[in-house]
Amino acid sequence: MIVGQQKPFDEIWGMVKGFKKVLVYGCNTCVAISHAGGGKEAEILASMIRMKATQEGVDMLVDNAAIERHCEPEFFEPLMEKVRTYDLVLSTACGVGVNFLSDRIGDIPVYPGVNTSFYGAVPKAGFFVELCGGCGNCILHLTGGICPVVRCSKSLMNGPCGGTDKGKCEVSKEIDCAWYLIVERMKKLGKLEELFSIQPPRNWATGTHGGPRRLVYEHIMELEEEKKAGK
Amino acid sequence: MKSGSNLEKVIASGKPAVTAELGPPMSADPHEVVEKAHKLKGFCDAANITDCQTAVVRISSIAAAYIALREGLEPVMQMTCRDRNRIAMQADLLGAAALGLKNCLCIAGDHQKFSAAGKLKGHPGAKNVYDVDTTQLVGIMKKMRDESLQEGGDKIDVPPKFFIGASWTPMGDPMDFRPYNLKKKVDAGADFIQTQGIYDVELFKSQMEKARNLGLHERTAILGGIIVPRSAMMLKYMDSSVAGVTVPKALIDRMNKAKEAAGDDKKKMRELQEAEGLKITVELIHQILEIPGVKGVHIQAIEWESAMEGIVKAAGLYPRPQV
Repeated sequence: MIVGQQKPFDEIWGMVKGFKKVLVYGCNTCVAISHAGGGKEAEILASMIRMKATQEGVDMLVDNAAIERHCEPEFFEPLMEKVRTYDLVLSTACGVGVNFLSDRIGDIPVYPGVNTSFYGAVPKAGFFVELCGGCGNCILHLTGGICPVVRCSKSLMNGPCGGTDKGKCEVSKEIDCAWYLIVERMKKLGKLEELFSIQPPRNWATGTHGGPRRLVYEHIMELEEEKKAGK
Repeated sequence: MKSGSNLEKVIASGKPAVTAELGPPMSADPHEVVEKAHKLKGFCDAANITDCQTAVVRISSIAAAYIALREGLEPVMQMTCRDRNRIAMQADLLGAAALGLKNCLCIAGDHQKFSAAGKLKGHPGAKNVYDVDTTQLVGIMKKMRDESLQEGGDKIDVPPKFFIGASWTPMGDPMDFRPYNLKKKVDAGADFIQTQGIYDVELFKSQMEKARNLGLHERTAILGGIIVPRSAMMLKYMDSSVAGVTVPKALIDRMNKAKEAAGDDKKKMRELQEAEGLKITVELIHQILEIPGVKGVHIQAIEWESAMEGIVKAAGLYPRPQV
């Protein structure tokens, strides 16, 4: 899932303080699980902004709302008319949601209330870790299911650097060395020798380095068109 | 000859090779490079010119290497994978070769986080590159030299002819993978290897045995790394804080003894520790050169270039071979 973290309140206040009618707009999918931007967090954030506005003597109407998902039009279309009555939407969805709404809402600004952090998992309550970089060219079958692109601080493809210390990364003692994990995992799988062949330079164009990415399934698009046309 | 560099010729002669290290300054003043080059000239076969070590901005390795070359010191330019993508790397390799540089060491590079240390602000928020890793960079350099091709496949009219080096941390975690890590660099085309600093000679011996069992000592020239110790504090720091370096207690004890012999005299404390450090260095050189498969030593007298003369003379490695 996409893990997000609410922006520092001072930064948020700096964004919103000049507006008269603000909607704090939550998303109840990924960012709700990371306690950053679901309906509950949007409600709390809205009341914090209201309190701050009162303290500062700023005249401001702040409402909150939430929908299930900010990344598909069908979820927010029903609310769109109401959303357009505000002069600022403070979205607590991930960056995808902020972009998607900005592309559709018209001349109302949509500001981010959340820093979209990473694609990760929840090993235990309150603890989130990055496990995928969305590079578009998965090699997990070669590395024991442990990603060197995002879990190695240097995205090394052929083994550890000289900075591994007691299984930890040179960047922090809190971070496991991905290559230490990969080697140990491949040993367990009896496949260590698979790491002995050289991985050639990668094609990074499948990631964020090839320009914004798109994925098109024409058969699904055609089917939708047909449905709409009543065929 | 692949490159015709002095280092390549010395290694080919079968005599033990000696490389040193020269760290460029955080300034546009070339004189520091010139001075250091003069301290090292004649006491090594080539000197590594570090590439923004610990991610601190300094005169670039290529520019400082060219200054050293002008002063008559053969440089080993270094290239980290941290700061350049494959386009910049290959452009710099063409340029470096055009300037007459013949040796290049490929390294991953310290993470930019290290640049903010002590009094330095550094650039911990910099974006790192790592388009390719060390093994891949070695392969790119070899492809350019031996096939006259860029990584992408375009032809090179006059290819850069480098004697290609790579680093190796034999005693780093996961230790049983390290010989294979080395093998990948050799398979990719590393002509010579410089190791992380060695103090635990016995442990290095056992890693070298594994490297020999893979036949790597016959396919590349392994130069054992020695970081010249200057004080007990430095040895303790390296033991506890430098990845892949372990310092046997006996060596730390020796340094402590040298320090204690000075009583409260600070100047004497430094002198006695430095003298003991030079003795330890010479012993390490002999012990490392005795290990089968080792073709030389890479001596790093960090910010103490003037020590090189005494070290190579005491180790019986002077004069350097004329090849």
